[in-house]
Amino acid sequence: MRRSMLYVPGNNPGMIRDVHIYRSDAIMFDLEDSVSLNEKDAARMLLYNSLLTFDFGQAEILVRVNGLNTAFGRDDFEAIVRARPDAIRLPKTDTPEDVVEADELISGIERQSGIETGSIKLVAAIESALGVINAPRIAMASGRLIGMALGAEDFVTDLKTSRSADGIELLTARSMVLFAARAAGIDAFDTVFPDVNDEEGFIREVKLIKQLGFDGKSIINPRQIEIVHQIFTPTEAEITYAMRVLEAIREAESKGSGVISLNGKMIDKPIVERARRVLAFAEAAGGQAG
Amino acid sequence: MKIKDVGIAGTLESSDISIRIENSESEGIEIELKSSVENQFGNQIRKVITQTLLDMGVQHAAVHAVDKGALDCTIRARVMTAVSRATKRNCIPWEVDRCAE
Amino acid sequence: MSSLLLKQQAGRPDEENIMKNEVGKEIPPSIPGIGDLRPYHCTMINGQAKNIQRLKDRQMNPDKNKIVDSLETAIRATGLRSGMTISFHHHFRNGDYVINMVLDTLAKMGIRDLVLAPSSLSEIHAPIIGHIRNGVIRRIETSGLRGPLAEAISDGFMDIPVVINSHGGRARRIAAGELPIDVAFLGVPSCDPSGNANGYSRANNAASECGSLGYAKFDAQHAKHVVFLTDNIVDYPNVPFGIPESQVDYVVVVDAIGDPKGIMSGALRFTSNPKDLLIARGAAGVIEASGYFEDGFSLQTGSGGASLAVTRFLKEKMIARNIKASFALGGITAPIVALHEEGLIGRLLDVQSFDMKAVESLKNNRFHHQIDVGYYANPDNKGCAAHQLDIVILSALEIDLDFNVNVITGSDGVIRGASGGHCDTAAGASVAIIVAPLIRGRMPTIVDRVTTVITPGKTIDVLVTDQGIAVNPLRKDLQDNLRAAKIPTVSIDELKTKANRVVGDPEPIKVEDKIVGVVKYRDGSIIDVIRQIRRSVE
Repeated sequence: MRRSMLYVPGNNPGMIRDVHIYRSDAIMFDLEDSVSLNEKDAARMLLYNSLLTFDFGQAEILVRVNGLNTAFGRDDFEAIVRARPDAIRLPKTDTPEDVVEADELISGIERQSGIETGSIKLVAAIESALGVINAPRIAMASGRLIGMALGAEDFVTDLKTSRSADGIELLTARSMVLFAARAAGIDAFDTVFPDVNDEEGFIREVKLIKQLGFDGKSIINPRQIEIVHQIFTPTEAEITYAMRVLEAIREAESKGSGVISLNGKMIDKPIVERARRVLAFAEAAGGQAG
Repeated sequence: MKIKDVGIAGTLESSDISIRIENSESEGIEIELKSSVENQFGNQIRKVITQTLLDMGVQHAAVHAVDKGALDCTIRARVMTAVSRATKRNCIPWEVDRCAE
Repeated sequence: MSSLLLKQQAGRPDEENIMKNEVGKEIPPSIPGIGDLRPYHCTMINGQAKNIQRLKDRQMNPDKNKIVDSLETAIRATGLRSGMTISFHHHFRNGDYVINMVLDTLAKMGIRDLVLAPSSLSEIHAPIIGHIRNGVIRRIETSGLRGPLAEAISDGFMDIPVVINSHGGRARRIAAGELPIDVAFLGVPSCDPSGNANGYSRANNAASECGSLGYAKFDAQHAKHVVFLTDNIVDYPNVPFGIPESQVDYVVVVDAIGDPKGIMSGALRFTSNPKDLLIARGAAGVIEASGYFEDGFSLQTGSGGASLAVTRFLKEKMIARNIKASFALGGITAPIVALHEEGLIGRLLDVQSFDMKAVESLKNNRFHHQIDVGYYANPDNKGCAAHQLDIVILSALEIDLDFNVNVITGSDGVIRGASGGHCDTAAGASVAIIVAPLIRGRMPTIVDRVTTVITPGKTIDVLVTDQGIAVNPLRKDLQDNLRAAKIPTVSIDELKTKANRVVGDPEPIKVEDKIVGVVKYRDGSIIDVIRQIRRSVE
């Protein structure tokens, strides 16, 4: 489950040690935009030590490093790979070559430090028009990729527009990221909603991206976690239906019959997959309906 | 390794520790510590600072630290960064003992 | 003689000594079985049988107009001598001017060796240090201490240890005669010349308004002499009054009895601190599952961030389950007032108003009622409202593996808090819930042994932290109810281990042998002592 991905600025020891309390599905420690240029070294050192020390519970751990085209990128990779997060988030991924370069760098560091090759995963962040156009090829560029994310702030700047309440300017980018991710069989993550106090706006956006098909969303405040989890939790009716679908499958299999039907409707593979997905979300919510 | 310049790292925010390290006139590692948890963790904080410096090959230094409840790994990180800045080397955390070269 | 005796034995009045009273009626001097009879007689003054003055003029009479020209005059009139006991209330919190003003005057008058027995003390009372040094104050009894005075006492500054009482414990002591108050000096935000006083005024905007006068009311009832200090004289009769004129001897008018900014905060708001919200949400869940969450339940919350926020989450559950509280008690705050005004809490019993909204509500809401501290928490008071609580939400600086709680000494051993109503409400409520973060900075909240026990663990039922919930093993019923509601709990030992794994193991604070504080439980027994801290030599 990667419904919620909580951002934590990498140079803030108070936030780093407490973030696990809020039980997001994933935690994104950031060395990039939330860390000032003259603190990049301090943040890297702090995060390296913290990742090796703290127990973050069940959450998946990701680190957003500085890009390889910056002065800090290489050092970030060297340190962070050795700290063994679950995945590294590559910012501003514009081309498949960006992904390949990162993949190879990680492989080298894994070898050097005795880490099993391929164990550190990648998430590619699309933050420009070029990145959107290249999204389908980026998504296929490496076996390490587990997801693709949209970074709206830089993206709208690249488009020479700004973010609006209903997000029309993000429609194509969201769709492309989603298509690319699905075609490659990886997850799709939506961008941050910056106004922490606009709860209604946040709820609208989460409902939208869920309907579009996204797997999860980046969060900047613990208060947003509960809302995301609730919206991603199936209703009682959805859960019941899903369970009946799987029950019908089991029954049919035990009888050895080929075609399965429920309430007179044929149940084929897509319906079964959807049912499994619903039950996975339900289980993540602790078995309680949304 | 000798500390030639001053190296500063960390902030005065809660859970952080501000470390200032510089050359010492006398032998050994001198630590001046101000901490809200001096009674309960003062000795531990000094121990971590000293051990981190020794691990990095720094035998002599004057350290001025203002602690706001930092945990051991934070103290270690900030000391390493301060030394790194003071020596203008990029001290690599998993090879700290090589920092002395 | 013998005939008189015979007649008396027969139960008939003594006819021979019958007299006429002033209205000309014959009254025997005595009747067996009833006793002596004093005949009616009227004393004339200036040719009149009664006072025929106009109200305006009556009010100038000394027995009706209690205003004296200075604090010194009032003090002299009370007969206060060295060695006696004086008391004050703490409704003005850190904006109080009264204690410092009175002590300065007493010192100038040469009065010494006093027992200072306020209901509590704050940072603003630091000048007491000088009075102790000069022998004006010999001994202190209080619920709490803060600031430089508290530090000085923690450092062994006083010869006789401070006695710490809970609010209920102090009331019990005074009502039982164990701590007789010679003179109570009470700051009152509104007062008429006869001494009818209140914590606010409906006639004007009292500058020092504080809402309920719960602690002052009690002292006025029990002290031998009562002196009011006020900065707001209003017309007679000052209604409604929290304290009637019959209980007060002298009124002194001064420029200001307190600093409004220190007395009263603006409406206490819900915290937006995510950690506090997490704790509050957890506590609301515990309340819902406790088995005591039913229509008509009663509740008290503290005024800390997490405590206040519990009401926010509880409100949703109350509305969803159509449950209303019959009353809330305490320290009344804006969030509690909001629930009352929304119809979710029936009545408010107010011993202390914490913010402007609470004061306004006391002024305007019919079912918001001022109570005194004896009614609030004295364990020997039959009406003790704290004993009618279903749920109380409290904070803790430290809690140990036996659930004993410390709210008065910091992790460095310095006094910086108060016993307050903590042990009273924990003992009185069916479910006492502590809300606290697992770790504050680098200090774990759960310790092997608390620095100072204020509330014994057997009266503490649940600990709710941001990283887990622990139930006192004594409460199998709560344990079962939480399990049935699928609320995960852990042992308090596990929570402690979790914290220590993160912060390390704190070294115990070092103390000297000298006892600087004696902590009394609400029944007067000694529950702990506070020792002088050992300062590390730099």
